[in-house]
Amino acid sequence: MTESTMKAPKKALRPVKWMRENLFSGWFNTVLTLGVAYLLVTSVGPLLNWFFLDANFVGSDASDCTGAGACWLFISQRLNFFIYGFYPDELQWRVDVMFLLLAVAFVPQFIERFPGRKWLGLFGIFGLPVVGYFLIPGGAFGLEEVQSSKWGGLMLTLILAYIGIIASLPIGILLALGRRSEMPIIRGICVIFIEVWRAVPLITVLFMASVMLPLFLPEGVNFEKLARALIGITLWQSAYMAEVIRGGLQAIPRGQYEAADALGLGYWRKVGLVILPQALKMVIPGIVNTFISLFKDTTLVLIIGLFDILGTVQSTVTDPAWQNVAIEGYVFVAFCFWIFCFGISRYSQNLERKLDTGHKT
Amino acid sequence: MGNSMTDQTQTSEMQTPPRDQSDQKPGIIRVEGMHKWYGDFHVLRDLNLTVDQGERIVICGPSGSGKSTFIRCINRLEEHQQGKIIVDDVELTDDVRQIDTVRREVGMVFQHFNLFPHLTVLENCCLSPIWVRKTPRKEAEATAMEYLERVKIPDQANKFPGQLSGGQQQRVAIARALCMKPKIMLFDEPTSALDPEMIKEVLDVMIELAGSGMTMLCVTHEMGFAKTVADRVIFMDGGEIVEEAPPHDFFTNPQEARTQKFLKQILAH
Ligand SMILES: Nc1ncnc2c1ncn2[C@@H]1O[C@H](COP(=O)(O)OP(=O)(O)OP(=O)(O)O)[C@@H](O)[C@H]1O
Ligand SMILES: [Mg+2]
Repeated sequence: MTESTMKAPKKALRPVKWMRENLFSGWFNTVLTLGVAYLLVTSVGPLLNWFFLDANFVGSDASDCTGAGACWLFISQRLNFFIYGFYPDELQWRVDVMFLLLAVAFVPQFIERFPGRKWLGLFGIFGLPVVGYFLIPGGAFGLEEVQSSKWGGLMLTLILAYIGIIASLPIGILLALGRRSEMPIIRGICVIFIEVWRAVPLITVLFMASVMLPLFLPEGVNFEKLARALIGITLWQSAYMAEVIRGGLQAIPRGQYEAADALGLGYWRKVGLVILPQALKMVIPGIVNTFISLFKDTTLVLIIGLFDILGTVQSTVTDPAWQNVAIEGYVFVAFCFWIFCFGISRYSQNLERKLDTGHKT
Repeated sequence: MGNSMTDQTQTSEMQTPPRDQSDQKPGIIRVEGMHKWYGDFHVLRDLNLTVDQGERIVICGPSGSGKSTFIRCINRLEEHQQGKIIVDDVELTDDVRQIDTVRREVGMVFQHFNLFPHLTVLENCCLSPIWVRKTPRKEAEATAMEYLERVKIPDQANKFPGQLSGGQQQRVAIARALCMKPKIMLFDEPTSALDPEMIKEVLDVMIELAGSGMTMLCVTHEMGFAKTVADRVIFMDGGEIVEEAPPHDFFTNPQEARTQKFLKQILAH
């Protein structure tokens, strides 16, 4: 074979050799391996039993939960409440449409070479909020109005997280740029904004938004509680986002700014075409981390009386009609959060791989 | 950078490109009584220089003498505090529009290339023509390919900078600057970050460019290049222009003691 047709040798995978090298190298590792194996064997069996084998799936109320395992019946019976909160049954199709659009916009993002997936993604970011703005509350185009106090469950969690995420990114970018601005006034405002919001716990922000903000607003101006919570979450999140992005901006070598200046790009094109694409790419893990923690932090709206998915489940497990279903309820909530957070995380890894241009300096 | 200071014999044997004397605009760059400070540190002291269109100037001098700072003032990457810099009849002041006007007419090549790593070679070259000159994409790409052809790497157009060698990256950087069709090109030690075997390929491109009548200001330690191409060599030390002469006089008959000492040092290899 000539040099040019030679392939890099593949790493051979031999199970026995692999095990000897990784699991049984030396007495200490052998003991560890055996210990872990013992724990797995003794715990997996009971878990399997509880989750599946002894679990109850069919029936209509608590009395049908006769098996020793989990009472999944509880979840399936109350699923409607967990997903839609108090949203009226006959109008729930509006929420379903939003779920469907969400899936149409973002599921293709995981499929390489899906035709037009970029456009679907853009629709998801810019179009979806507009559609949702009219569809979910209603009150226009002949749609019956549904007060936001009736929204709840998974739907509310997604609304909070989604708006928080897509609004905090651009605000965070502007704050980060402002903090590095050469103009002292702009820089000062951004520093103060970031430092104030970042130093306050989200719970406090939500409390202030729900209890104190109305006191400051002029007579007659009255946001709904949900809108106030959303504004609070978004601003709080923007401060975090700004610092993550600033980390990226600082990692860009000075030569990149100079080259862009020398080409006469001007400030906004320099930032938009040269600096941000590189800086954002660099901090994707940090951005995604912030997204994920926001997603979970939305559960805190419970304390201002909004029923997100955790709130709906929590209020149901104390229902006297069902007994001892708390574990099932929380496992279900954990699973829902995991699905979405894991999805976000996977997508970001795809993105990082795709954006890698082999530049390492 | 002892290595790159050596006289590149290959280039010094090449013919001096003839200089196009027609259609010359006198004083396309005029620097008058210019001073610059970094805080309290007086980097540039009373610089005066007039460069005609089509002239090729080589600036040399010991490290820290202010060469980079000087040519970076010409496209306002650095701000000067006193005196005047007038480029193609536009004076550099705080006015952002005037700065942008000048930057559009002045291309710059850096020691460390400074290509945009997230864009392909072709996209690097097209970025500014499309967004600043508003050239249609097709046309910008055609022009970019022409220049990539001229720097002899059209086949790398769709690669990312990270996949190219240093010499190739520097040639892309030259092509990128040329795509803006600048009237003036500034070079800040374009070969001193390169391995010796790549220096020639970059110098060849610069020599070819010099032959095309481009106004060039070049900070370099490549004395062979200076002898071949320069119309004038400027020697800076301690933030001042110490001596200014045509290359032949500069190398054979330097007037100032500091110049003689510098030349002795760098030609001593
Ligand atoms: N941003 C800055 N702030 C303060 N001092 C600086 C700055 N940039 C450069 N200097 C100083 O100004 C002087 C001139 O620097 P300059 O980079 O112009 O030198 P140079 O002639 O290009 O040197 P070299 O051959 O090493 O590139 C040096 O003493 C340097 O330390
Ligand atoms: Mg320098």
